[in-house]
Order: sequence, then structure tokens, then C-alpha cells
Amino acid sequence: MLDRRDVVARLLRDRGEMLVVTGLGAATYDVAAAGDDPRNFYLWGAMGGAALVGLGLALAQPDRPVVVVTGDGEQLMGLGAFATIALQAPANLTVVVLDNGLYGETGGQKSHTSGGTDLAAVARGCGIAQADRIKDEAGVEALAATIATRSAGPRVAVVEVDPAEAPRVLPSRDGAYTRGRFQAALGLAA
Amino acid sequence: MDGDRVTEATAWPDAIFAELRRWQVRQVAYVPDGGHARLIRAVHAEPAMRAIPLTTEEEGIAVLAGAALGGQRGVLLMQSSGVGNCVNMLSLVKTCRFPLLALVTMRGEWGEFNPWQVPMGSTTEAAFRLMDVEVRRADQAGDVGETVSAAARMAFEGGSAVAVLLGQRLVGAKVF
Repeated sequence: MLDRRDVVARLLRDRGEMLVVTGLGAATYDVAAAGDDPRNFYLWGAMGGAALVGLGLALAQPDRPVVVVTGDGEQLMGLGAFATIALQAPANLTVVVLDNGLYGETGGQKSHTSGGTDLAAVARGCGIAQADRIKDEAGVEALAATIATRSAGPRVAVVEVDPAEAPRVLPSRDGAYTRGRFQAALGLAA
Repeated sequence: MDGDRVTEATAWPDAIFAELRRWQVRQVAYVPDGGHARLIRAVHAEPAMRAIPLTTEEEGIAVLAGAALGGQRGVLLMQSSGVGNCVNMLSLVKTCRFPLLALVTMRGEWGEFNPWQVPMGSTTEAAFRLMDVEVRRADQAGDVGETVSAAARMAFEGGSAVAVLLGQRLVGAKVF
């Protein structure tokens, strides 16, 4: 099975102008483990909101690739986000859902994706045509090759990852700080 | 009467639209609402603004945080019944000190025929204050533009989180 840290490190390796938003929990630690960057915006709460923060950012910064890295549990709390994103159809937005089938932060309870919910199918049903499941390294390489480029529309990649918990790598929890440094990295007044 | 069928003399949705243009608001996130119908139609017709229909109100809090992160101004339009949905998502605004401008049409407070609107309508202001969102109010058509402008200045120049409640007496009680 795919290792979540390897997947995230590969997707962010040649990040260029990429802006990254993370969903709370392990996805935040995975992106921090790949290397802190002022152009990372880490969520430690606001569950269900990661993909939508990515949407607002992608609309505001249409010339930069925006990548949301989140987990299946976080995305399950905001399924409507797929419908909202589909209507706006930003060509620079990719939502990567690291699907381990469980809630790692709260004791490893099985998530709905363990019981048959297919988040890629949900995304397609909401109108996001480019929504795929990735199960192997070839799939990760194919995604990595195009993640920093514009596409025909928004993309959702549900990556099936090993449920094993990786060592925690904790980025700043100071949201005002990470917001301000993100805006400064874009040359915006905070 | 609702916001879609007001006379010229009381065209407060047009006053809001003028303020949103003046403040260079680019992202307008909304949950459809009769009181905001006229404004929503104007936003869809305005090339400088992007209308963003939501499936639930808290989505708008997250979208506007992303907009601010990327340097664009936004506004959230909703009905009072949606404010409770936003409470946890407002931790994004509070923790990260994002600006917020929300324009809320009130239900459940003046001539409301539907008792299901009363519980959230009577606690709308309290729900915002729970999460430290400043609350302003307009009940007269002539006050709407100025109130929205004052709130927009607090949000976009001061970085504050501000909601403007548009009273049901102004919006008009829904009739069937």
C-alpha cells in the first residue's frame, strides 16, 4: 500500500508556484513533514472546510496551482464542497484526499469510506469530471506530473494509503501567523 | 413583499450592491434567500464579481477565508437560519483573524408565519457573538447602504469580522 508521507512528498517535490491548503489531522502533519513553506496554509480545525478554503484561494489566484491535501474524514464532513467546487470549475484546483478509511486522530474508528462510500464517485456525481482513485505509485507519478499545471477543470484525487500512523510533525498552530506569512509570500498586505 | 419585489423608493438591495461594487468585493458566496434575491441576480450579472452558490452556509466562511488568503475581498449572503450552521467554521475567522463581512436577512422576528424560523431567528445575534463576530443592524431601507458601508470598512480596512442583520420588518414577512 502507498505510504502517505511518500505520496505527499512526491506530489509537493516540484511545487514551483504551488499554494497548499491542508485539512486538519494527519494531512497537516504530512505536508509539514514534506517541508514547511510560507505558501502552506495548515488547518488545525474548521473540519470540512479545507477544500473550500482551496476554492476561494484558487479563484483569487487563478494563475497559480492550488492543491488541497486532506483526509477522508475531513472531506466526509464537507461533501457539499464538491458540488460548490464543480459549479465554479477552477482549472487550477486539485483536491487530494488521502483515504486511509479511518479517523486517525480519534482512535482509529472506521470512516464511511471503509464501508463503501467512494469519494471519487461522490465528486464525479457532483459534477467534477476529473475525479479518480489512485492505488499505486504509477498513479501517484501521473498525478505528480500534472498537479502543478492547469487542467480542463478542477480535479479530485482520492489516494488509497496505508492506515499506519506516521510520526507527528507539527507545524505552527498559530493561524494568524500562518495566514500572515502566506499573504506576505504572495506579496499581499496582511 | 420580498427583496425581489421592492419598489424603487425602497430598493435597499441596490444600495447593498452599490456598496459591494464600491468596496471592490470580488467573491459573493451565498445560500439562496428570498430577501437577497434581487441582490443575487445583480451579482450574477456583474462581470467583476463571482457569484458562488453554496450548499450550506458554513462553506462560505471557508471560501471567504481562502479568498482573503489570496488577496480578494468577499461577502457572505444568507438568511438568519443559516447562522447557526457557521459556528464551528467561524473558528477559522477567529483563530486566523480573517476579515468577514456577512449580510444576513432576518426571519422569525416580525410577522413570521413559520414557527420553525423563530428559534434561530431569535438567537442569530447571540450565535455570531459567541464567535466574536461584531453585529450591526438595519431596519430602515434608508439605513442599509450606510450600515453595509460601515461594516465593509471594519472588515476590509480593519480586518474585523462583522455581520449586518437586515431586519425582517425591512425585508418583509414572507407570505403564502
